[in-house]
Amino acid sequence: MMIAPTDQPGKPVVPVPVSARAPVRRSRTASTGWFLLPAMLLFVFVVLVPSARGVYYAFTDWDGLDPDFSFVGLDNFTDLTRDDDAVQAIWHTLLIALAITVIQNLIGLLLALGVNSAIKSRNLLRVFLFAPAVITQIVTAYLWRNLLGPDGAVNGLLGGVGLESWQQNWLGDPDTALWSVVGVTVWQYAGYSMVIFLAGLQSVPAEIHEAAAIDGAGPVRRFWSVTRPLLTPALTINLMLSSIGGLKLFDQVYALTGGGPGHATDTLSTLIYKDAFTLGEFGYSIALAVVLTLVVAVVSTGQYFMLARNEKAAS
Amino acid sequence: MSRYRPRTLALELVMAAAALVVAFPVYILVNLAVRAPSDTSSPIRPTTSPTFDNFSQAWRQGALGGALANSLLVTTVSVVVVLAVSALAAYPLARITTRWSRATYLLIMLGLVLPFQLASLPLYHTMRDLQLLGSPWALILFHCGLQVPFTVFLYTGFLRAMPRDFEDAARIDGCTPLQGFRHVVLPMLRPITVTALVLNTVAVWNDFFTPLLYLSGSAQQTMPVAIAGFVGQYVTDWNLIFAALVISIVPVLAVYLALQRSIINGFAGGLRG
Repeated sequence: MMIAPTDQPGKPVVPVPVSARAPVRRSRTASTGWFLLPAMLLFVFVVLVPSARGVYYAFTDWDGLDPDFSFVGLDNFTDLTRDDDAVQAIWHTLLIALAITVIQNLIGLLLALGVNSAIKSRNLLRVFLFAPAVITQIVTAYLWRNLLGPDGAVNGLLGGVGLESWQQNWLGDPDTALWSVVGVTVWQYAGYSMVIFLAGLQSVPAEIHEAAAIDGAGPVRRFWSVTRPLLTPALTINLMLSSIGGLKLFDQVYALTGGGPGHATDTLSTLIYKDAFTLGEFGYSIALAVVLTLVVAVVSTGQYFMLARNEKAAS
Repeated sequence: MSRYRPRTLALELVMAAAALVVAFPVYILVNLAVRAPSDTSSPIRPTTSPTFDNFSQAWRQGALGGALANSLLVTTVSVVVVLAVSALAAYPLARITTRWSRATYLLIMLGLVLPFQLASLPLYHTMRDLQLLGSPWALILFHCGLQVPFTVFLYTGFLRAMPRDFEDAARIDGCTPLQGFRHVVLPMLRPITVTALVLNTVAVWNDFFTPLLYLSGSAQQTMPVAIAGFVGQYVTDWNLIFAALVISIVPVLAVYLALQRSIINGFAGGLRG
């Protein structure tokens, strides 16, 4: 039997058996353990078991149909390193995620600072600028596919203001197609970042700003020394959401370019889809999904620890 | 922050320009949706004789009514189930402090990192074996499981910050754990439930990849898949396509404008979690 520790050495030690105390604490909650059951069943059936099976299939040559398939070790992964399309897709995925993360958060922050001011339209703008974020991605992407077409409104607008030399086939040219995907995603989600930054900005007490202003700090100095440190939680969430969203991006690419022209905008997600459902290379496709999983895991844990350290330093 | 200065006016104009960038594509969308296909003037020019023929034609030919009904069914059932099972599961996870409880929590949080692509391919074959492919119930089952980690994360974080005095009082008054949860805990979870409701509804309603897989080749479609099919069929008939896009946006925008305050707070709500 264990003896409970006592922190009063002066008094006579009265041993309290742990087993005599524990049941009181347990009885209030132990009987709620079954509350977990429905959620766990769904989670295990839909996420856990299929993901584990996925990792296993990545080491086989299964085509998705034939019940006879064999274990091929790391073959899918070595094939992957020799497959130019796959290596390109990994780079596109990383580039798209990085570009979206940087641009979307920068614009989102500027918009948040804008609507967190004394301007009269601030409430209206908040509702308006966020609106694209609730629209279905595939719908936004089809809209932009028309706008960015050779005879689309973007080129029309450029022609209207005398910038004919800027007109181009935005989605048909490998040089601009990838950036068009980034641009459309930022157009849709900058307002989302704005709302999260805004929630962070509103947690900054106005008195601190006034005090800093009285002490002679200009607006830039006030932003850097007062607002920025208090904005770290909002920044953490925004960076996580936009980078993971960017790494998994599928709908926008599928609807805007279908991965083209050629493979110029293929990402891991579009290759996974094509390899599994149009080429029937199931084992290979799932190996790509494993790579995507690793990339997401590395990026998100890396960010988590980096930002957690920053957060600690800021507080 | 409080006074309106000349600089505030300048900022007002800059922000209005930003709003124009958001508004311009929406203007083109509506402008072309109400335009007869015979009108081939610049998409930027306002349509002179607007028509609503495109809408009725898109609605009929795209079978959008059926898709809308399916989307409503899938979203409603999935979100209700996910909220119920996740709130229930979060309670012991937040209140029991044993090693098992913490390990279970971490296991569920693993689901936040796993991309759905990894699970959805093997699950495709399970759904086929269960003969659920082509049925909205395959999607419902999928979303019910996929949304669990994030929703449990929201609820557990909220519950941990909530005092347990009321639950203790209910227990002393003779409530069973389930009664205590239903009558005492659940009403106090209202704020985070609004957040979870909004985020899950948007995620399930807008999902495209999964219905593309699980419903392909069947007559059953959700709104995003119906739109993609419609675009595939009427490749360059943009007036018709835009009418279909407008139809698919209207329900979402109507809900957004009606509930914009709680929706915006819901999206920002992750910050408190």
